[in-house]
Amino acid sequence: MSTYLNTGIELAYLAAAALFILGLKKLGSPATARQGNFLAAVGMLIAIAATFLNQSVLNYEWILVGIIAGSLIGAIAAQKVAMTDMPQMVGIFNGVGGAASALVAVGEFWRVLNTTGTVPLDATFIAILGVLIGGVTLTGSLLAFAKLQGLITGSPVTFPFQQPFNFLLLAGFLAGSVYLLIKPENPAIFLTLTTISLLFGALFVLPIGGGDMPVVVSLLNSFSGLAASAVGFILGNSMLIVAGALVGASGLILTQIMCKAMNRPLTNVLFGAFGGDSTAVGGAGGAEIDKTYRSIDSEEGAMMLGYARSVVIVPGYGMAVAQAQHGVRELASQLEKMGVDVKYAIHPVAGRMPGHMNVLLAEANVAYDRLYDMDDINTEFDRVDVALVIGANDVVNPAARNDNHSPIYGMPILDVDKAQHAIVIKRSMRTGFAGVDNELFYKDKTTMLFGSAQDVVSKLVSEVKQL
Amino acid sequence: MEAGLLTGLVVFVLASFVGFEVINKVPPTLHTPLMSGANAISGIAVVGALLVAGVREWNVTTILGLVAVMLATVNVVGGFLVTDRMLQMFKKKEAS
Repeated sequence: MSTYLNTGIELAYLAAAALFILGLKKLGSPATARQGNFLAAVGMLIAIAATFLNQSVLNYEWILVGIIAGSLIGAIAAQKVAMTDMPQMVGIFNGVGGAASALVAVGEFWRVLNTTGTVPLDATFIAILGVLIGGVTLTGSLLAFAKLQGLITGSPVTFPFQQPFNFLLLAGFLAGSVYLLIKPENPAIFLTLTTISLLFGALFVLPIGGGDMPVVVSLLNSFSGLAASAVGFILGNSMLIVAGALVGASGLILTQIMCKAMNRPLTNVLFGAFGGDSTAVGGAGGAEIDKTYRSIDSEEGAMMLGYARSVVIVPGYGMAVAQAQHGVRELASQLEKMGVDVKYAIHPVAGRMPGHMNVLLAEANVAYDRLYDMDDINTEFDRVDVALVIGANDVVNPAARNDNHSPIYGMPILDVDKAQHAIVIKRSMRTGFAGVDNELFYKDKTTMLFGSAQDVVSKLVSEVKQL
Repeated sequence: MEAGLLTGLVVFVLASFVGFEVINKVPPTLHTPLMSGANAISGIAVVGALLVAGVREWNVTTILGLVAVMLATVNVVGGFLVTDRMLQMFKKKEAS
């Protein structure tokens, strides 16, 4: 009887794994993405239900309490979160997932140690791995959340002797691991290793700037998959190994894509704060340009937009923060009524994560065939009458193309400077995230429209209506 | 190395390749929902938590397991719902 049951459970796991793969595949195309997410959720349900059939799972009441509490917290958080805060949300979900894996690793090590008095070498090794990856995921994600949410400073945090300290910690961790592998009977060492793992996560994220947090969240997402895999090895459970490996691989690919979009190697993102060479040259290249700019008011801006044949809107994170996307959509439909061809140019790292801007615009009901990727729209800019830049800065800075002293040199940008005219909506002349001056603002065909994105856009809407 | 561990390793490596292949060709539009969806799948740790928490006796392991069940469920439920919320928006536009 019990062998039949176990075969059934394994088959259910197989079905769940297949559903995960199918789901991930379908998540890759706009038409099927929602279905893909649903399939993955069904897979998860099957996996959980099958696990309940396992004869060693008896503690139903308390498990149900845990599941209900977790579901409530998760559902409420998912409903309440604003779309602009999505990166933080993914970060924190990721953190609790990592915590769960770490707790299971600790618990299982504890159980084996207390029932048999010792732990086999391979089991100890995997337990250490699970605790390390899970712990780093937990504290790393929490710190990334704190940075994105503005709870702690977004700028890189370094302190004296940080690197020697890190190395000392690492050496301590390795020494402790070796000791534990030889003498696994020492729970104090195991707890010390757990603590060091938690410290690692924090120390790893602390020196990384807030703007790079999405890359970190994506990398930690990959880690949380690996942590689940490690737990799978500890418990000898293939379901965990497969699903964890899937997430581990996909997270790594996504991280790679994000780094590519910023034209920075991953090592530079993670350890850039220690280099210091890339940021120092910041202002040097910008000094020689003529720093006069023209500013206009919204009435003039509305006239330029209303009588243009084609307008390309370049939204940046500034637009999202100001919650101006609904106003932007209204402006676009007003312009379309007047016969203007309106397109949106989406830079790969617009917003805070790849695709984040698409989600924000989608929330405001912008049809997604109006959204153009950088490579598609860049060939068209010289035929565009007006490029409207809203709250974007570094991603439209021509210095990335021309000035090899600039810290952002080589980053792919939107060629807004090739349009006939550019209107830049911005709060002030302050520099963007990279701290670099933007020569686009000083060009003859560029006009600045100062103010908060939301005010300016709603003024533009009413001015365009009166045309 | 025991046989179970070796099988696990084989499964792990093959699944990683599947993960790479499946994700490789995805339009940037969907990267955020995809990250969120993958994150929900990593909540599979709930299965491990259930196995550890399932024992009907009170000790450190069951308590840790129960906490893990709750945390992993937050990840699973929150992750899938938030992904669906994002994707719903793409849907709405198609209709309009």
